[in-house]
Amino acid sequence: MLAYIIQRIARAIPQLLLISILAYVIIQLPPGDIVTQQILNLEASGVTVSEVQAAALRRQYGLDRPQWQRYLLWIGNIVTRFDFGYSFTWQKPVADVIMGRMGYTFAIALFSAVFTWVVAIPIGVYAAVKQYSVGDYIITFVTFVGLAVPPFFLALVIMYVALTQFGIRVGGLFSPEYMVQGWSWGKVLNLLSNMWLPIILLGMGGVASTIRTMRAMMLDELRKQYVTVARAKGLSSLQVILRYPLRLAVNPIISGLMWLLPWLFSGGIILEIVLNLPTAGPALYASLMSQDMYMAGGYIMIIGALTAVSAIFSDIVLAVSDPRIRFGGVEGA
Amino acid sequence: MSILSGLRSWFGRRRGAKVDPVREEEFYRAGQWQLVWWKFKRHKLAQISMVVLAILYTVAIFAEFISPHDPLRRFRDYLSHPPTSIHIRDANGRFRRPFIYGMAMGRDPVTFRPVYEEDRSTIYPIGIFVRGDPYKFWGLWESDLHLFGTGPEGMPLFVMGTDTIGRDVFSRICHGGRISLSVGLVGIAISFFLGLFLGGVSGFFGGVIDEAIQRVIEVITTLPTIPLWMALAAALPREWPQLRIYFYTTLILSILGWTGLARTVRGRLLSMREEDFVLAARLDGESEWAIIVRYMLPGFASYIIVSLTLSLPGMILGETSLSFLGIGLNPPTISWGVMLQQAQDIMNVAHYPWILWPVPVVVLAVLMFNFMGDGLRDAADPYIT
Repeated sequence: MLAYIIQRIARAIPQLLLISILAYVIIQLPPGDIVTQQILNLEASGVTVSEVQAAALRRQYGLDRPQWQRYLLWIGNIVTRFDFGYSFTWQKPVADVIMGRMGYTFAIALFSAVFTWVVAIPIGVYAAVKQYSVGDYIITFVTFVGLAVPPFFLALVIMYVALTQFGIRVGGLFSPEYMVQGWSWGKVLNLLSNMWLPIILLGMGGVASTIRTMRAMMLDELRKQYVTVARAKGLSSLQVILRYPLRLAVNPIISGLMWLLPWLFSGGIILEIVLNLPTAGPALYASLMSQDMYMAGGYIMIIGALTAVSAIFSDIVLAVSDPRIRFGGVEGA
Repeated sequence: MSILSGLRSWFGRRRGAKVDPVREEEFYRAGQWQLVWWKFKRHKLAQISMVVLAILYTVAIFAEFISPHDPLRRFRDYLSHPPTSIHIRDANGRFRRPFIYGMAMGRDPVTFRPVYEEDRSTIYPIGIFVRGDPYKFWGLWESDLHLFGTGPEGMPLFVMGTDTIGRDVFSRICHGGRISLSVGLVGIAISFFLGLFLGGVSGFFGGVIDEAIQRVIEVITTLPTIPLWMALAAALPREWPQLRIYFYTTLILSILGWTGLARTVRGRLLSMREEDFVLAARLDGESEWAIIVRYMLPGFASYIIVSLTLSLPGMILGETSLSFLGIGLNPPTISWGVMLQQAQDIMNVAHYPWILWPVPVVVLAVLMFNFMGDGLRDAADPYIT
């Protein structure tokens, strides 16, 4: 087991290296000297940058040195001091901007994942058990449509309905009066009352694909002989399903659990912007509007690292839950 | 199919034999593409999708003619006009050909939003092949002929309403299709070359090259698509002409899109390298290049088509998302995503929901591509029945 873990971690290192090079290239993409560019952008949006600040920035980013040295400086700062550079739009280090928003990102990711599973797993199992029934056809059709509709489209439509039919204005996590206040019971209640819709909308994004995976996995398992054996020994249909095939069919969902955070950083980002949530995605968007590339590079690096770590975790969890993987016995695993 | 075998199969059907030897023979003699087509024809949903997509692309190609108005013209008297209701029965209860009533714009005294009232005194019949806004078709021929409308003097017809600055939504959807539907095609053309080349190299040579390319693919597939697209798109200089931005946007969309195709090509090449006919060709003294192009490529061409069809929707959605956020294409370019920029303010959507029209259109296009890809995937391997 330990050997497996070490081997798995070692495989992630070249991956992270590639991602870091890519992130650095993105930082360097906009033409011209990055500091001058940033100052121009900032002045265009009404923020003034003093000469002293500009000179300090130039020195900090080592603009007089060759590219590879600057890359090493950048990656070195990340590894040693967790310093991803400075975000001009937020007037804060990139790491502070993203980490400051991690709490909400985590909370929303977790709740929307729970929502996805609570909805998708039973539906997927139902569709598999009643394959080719009317219900199955309807579910298949709806999931097909669901896969074609990006979550932010759905959000626009639901926000429209909520506003015109129920007079609820969706967006943000707090009502204006709680926005700047410190934490209190009132604020928590306010948060909960505002959070359910973003959670449902974000969760919906994963529902269609989870149903499809669940249905396919269940169909595979239901065909196997142990299911027939379980039936033959007299278990009720429900018991058969809950005891054996379901446990195997949720394996991809377990590995999906670990992909949740990267997904929220990636797929949910437009939805978060539309819903104006205080998570990390909209912060990236705001800084991209003024070509704040250190924020972009830092974000990609953080997500890349998160994805790599998630992949390691999910592989380990899978190896623990499924001994066949540990011993390399499963094809294509 | 030759005339002879066509006749034979016709007679075969007439005899009504249960196992039809002629048809069976036809099945064995049919070429690969013939079989693929037969199998695809059995997939009704995929066929319908193909027709719908053909219609969408036709509308995009002949956008100037099909749209009743100039997509950039602002009707200052008809800001945020709701979709015009088309009548076939006039005030006296008589049926006549479709017509619309004149509309008068007023302002809501409290909110100052435009409100419209039907003026039932005059009617404007809708005609086909009417004169309207002049245009230059494909930038080549000047004309002012439109498929339908109310003519130059009539009350303008807004099938899907107008946006907040008075432009006709339907005309913009027709023209927007040009960008939104072609982004995918240009994008897959780029992905196609990247995927075919890198997948081919990887699968054919194997060894260290294969290992390196596979690692790169692994990293790219784990990368977060949308933030990366956003970061790359945001890095494009704002002052560039829109055509250049368009080209670079498609390039950005396809940078991440080629991996699926490369994997497919590699997998097929690996399995095919061991086939007898490849060995036979090699013994015949064919060059490696000829073996790939003449013998192996036809074998997985159908898989390539499937992989490309299935990667198109992602690119269409990518362009729409980026333009919606304002970091892809921007006005005055018209695309479905650019049109949705007005929907960023939810109050606009609440009062003028018809500005959401691009949403169902994008969903329709994506859904049709998914269905068609699904049908093609089933048909791609005609030897498995």
